[in-house]
Amino acid sequence: MTTAATDLRQTSSSSNVRGITIDRALFVAGAWALALVWLLPLLYAVWTAIHPSAYETRFDLFAPLTLENFVEAWNAAPFARYFLNTIILVTMILAAQLVLCTLAGFAFARLEFPGKNILFSLVLLQLMVMPDILIVRNYAAMRTLGLVDTILAIGLPYFASGFAIFLLRQTFKTLPKELDEAARVEGCNLLGLLWRVYIPLAKPTMLAFGLVSVSHHWNNFIWPLIITSSAETRPLTVGLSIFATTDSGTEWSIINAATLITSGPLLIGFLLFQRQFVQSFMRAGIK
Amino acid sequence: MIKREWINAWLLLTPALLLLFGFTHLPAVQTILDSFWSTPRGQRAAVFVGFDNYQRMLGDAVFVKAMVNNAIYAAITIPASIALALSMALFVSRKILGQGLLRMAYFTPTVLPLIAVANIWLFFYLPGFGLFDQIRGLFGFQPINWVGQPSTALYAITAVTIWNQAGFFMIFFLAALQTIPQSLREAAALEGASSWVFFWRITWPLIMPTTLFVSVNATINAFRMVDHVFVMTQGGPNNASTLLLYYIYDQGFRFWDTAYAATLTVVMVAILAIVGIGQFFLLDRRVHYR
Repeated sequence: MTTAATDLRQTSSSSNVRGITIDRALFVAGAWALALVWLLPLLYAVWTAIHPSAYETRFDLFAPLTLENFVEAWNAAPFARYFLNTIILVTMILAAQLVLCTLAGFAFARLEFPGKNILFSLVLLQLMVMPDILIVRNYAAMRTLGLVDTILAIGLPYFASGFAIFLLRQTFKTLPKELDEAARVEGCNLLGLLWRVYIPLAKPTMLAFGLVSVSHHWNNFIWPLIITSSAETRPLTVGLSIFATTDSGTEWSIINAATLITSGPLLIGFLLFQRQFVQSFMRAGIK
Repeated sequence: MIKREWINAWLLLTPALLLLFGFTHLPAVQTILDSFWSTPRGQRAAVFVGFDNYQRMLGDAVFVKAMVNNAIYAAITIPASIALALSMALFVSRKILGQGLLRMAYFTPTVLPLIAVANIWLFFYLPGFGLFDQIRGLFGFQPINWVGQPSTALYAITAVTIWNQAGFFMIFFLAALQTIPQSLREAAALEGASSWVFFWRITWPLIMPTTLFVSVNATINAFRMVDHVFVMTQGGPNNASTLLLYYIYDQGFRFWDTAYAATLTVVMVAILAIVGIGQFFLLDRRVHYR
C-alpha cells in the first residue's frame, strides 16, 4: 500500500515535472510582477524626491542626488509642529484606549451583571457605525464642549474603542479561570487581579492593538481636517493636504518629499518591525 | 438585591461606555432626529420639517450621482481587493524566492496615510508627464487627464483604494491559509490533484469564513475610504467622483447645511447597519465571537 502510493506519487510527479517547473516559474514571475507594480508608486515618489526638480519626469540613472527637496519641504510648512501634534495625538488616544478598554473588556470577560449582553451588543455596534461617519453631529458636540480646534477634540471620539474592548474581552476570556481563584486566595482585590494577572498576560494583544491604533490614527484625515483650524493643532495628514493643495506652484519633487516626510516614521517603523506589524494585524483581525 | 459584583462591573464599564455612547450612539440618534428639522441659520432656529429633507435628497441629482458612484466604487474595490489579496497570500504563504521582500512590497501601501499616497498617485496620473502617460507615450498614445475628466476620475480613485487596502486583507488570508492542515496537501498530492483543483476543492471552501470577514471589511471601507478624494479630485469634475461620505462633508462643512448632511448620514448609517445585519446572518458567529 505504502509502496504503491509512493510509486504513484513518483510517476505522477515525474510525468508532470516539466509542467510543474513552468507553472512554478509563472507563479514566481507573477508574484514578482505584482510586487513591482505595488512598489512602483512608492519608488517613483522616492525617485522624484531625491533628485532635482528638473529630473522629476525624466529618467536618468546618473541624475544628481539631492536632499534639497526635503529641506525645502520641511521649511515650507510647520512640519515640526505637525509632527509634534500627531505624536501627542496618537499617544493620547492609545493611552486612553488601553486604560478605558482594558477596564471594560475585563468587566465583560469576567464579571456577571444585569444588562451585560445588551451593553456588549451596543459596544459591537461601534464596529459598524464608527465616529468617522458621525462627523456632523460630533462637530456640534465639540462646539458645545468648547473643544473645537484642540488636539483633545481630535482624539476624544476614539478613546472608547469598541474594537479594543472586543479584542481585550476575547483575550481575557481565553485565560484560565483558575488564575482568578489563585489570586483571590492570595488576597488580591479585583483591580489587583487585573493588574497583576490579566494585564501581563494580555500584553501581546495590547501591543498588537497598539500598532493598529497608532497607524490608524497617524493616517486618519477627515475628522482632524474638520475639527482643526490652526497649525498648533493640525496633525501631519491635514498639514500635508493643505501644503499640497493650496500652493499649486509648488514643484512635484517637493510635494513628494513632503509626502515621504509624513509617512516616513510609520514606514521606517514598519520596515524595522515588519514581523511584529504583520503578526499584530493578523492577531488583531482574526480574534 | 444589588450584588457587589454588579457594582464593580458597572464601575469598570462607566468611563468607556460614557464616551462610547457620547460619541457614537448619542450622535447617531441625534443625527436621525436632526434629519427631520431644518438647518438653523443665524437668528432662525431649526423648525420641524418632517420628511422634507428626505424628499429633497431623492430629488437631488448630486446625491443620486454620489450613490451610483459609491455603488460602482464598492462593486469594483470589493472583488478586486479580495482577489488580489488572496493571490498575494497564495504567493507568499509558502516558500518562494524573496518571500520576505514580496510580503513587504504587498503590505507597505497599507501603512501609508491615504492622503499622502493620494499625492503620489496624483503625480502618477499627471497628464503627459506622469508615469502612466509616459508609458502610454512610448506606444504613441495621446496623454489623458486621468483625474480631470469625468469618464476616468472615479476609476482613478478606485485604483488607489485597491492598491492601498489589498495588502491589508492579504494578512487575513495568510493567517487562514496557515490553518489548512499539511496532511490535506499531501493527500491531494497522492491523488495527483493539480494545484488548481486543490485550490477550488480544498482551499477556497476552507477559507470561506475569512473571505466573508474580509468582504464585510471591504464593504465598510468602500463607504469610509474617501480621504484621497479630497486631494485628487474634490469629487469632481462635475461630481464624477463624488462619494457618499465626501458629499456629507461637502454639505456639512462647505455649505454648512447640517440638517441635510444629517439626512445623508442617516443613509450612510442605514447602509452600514444593513452590512452589519448581513454579517450577523452570513458569518458563523462561533468563528468570530467565540
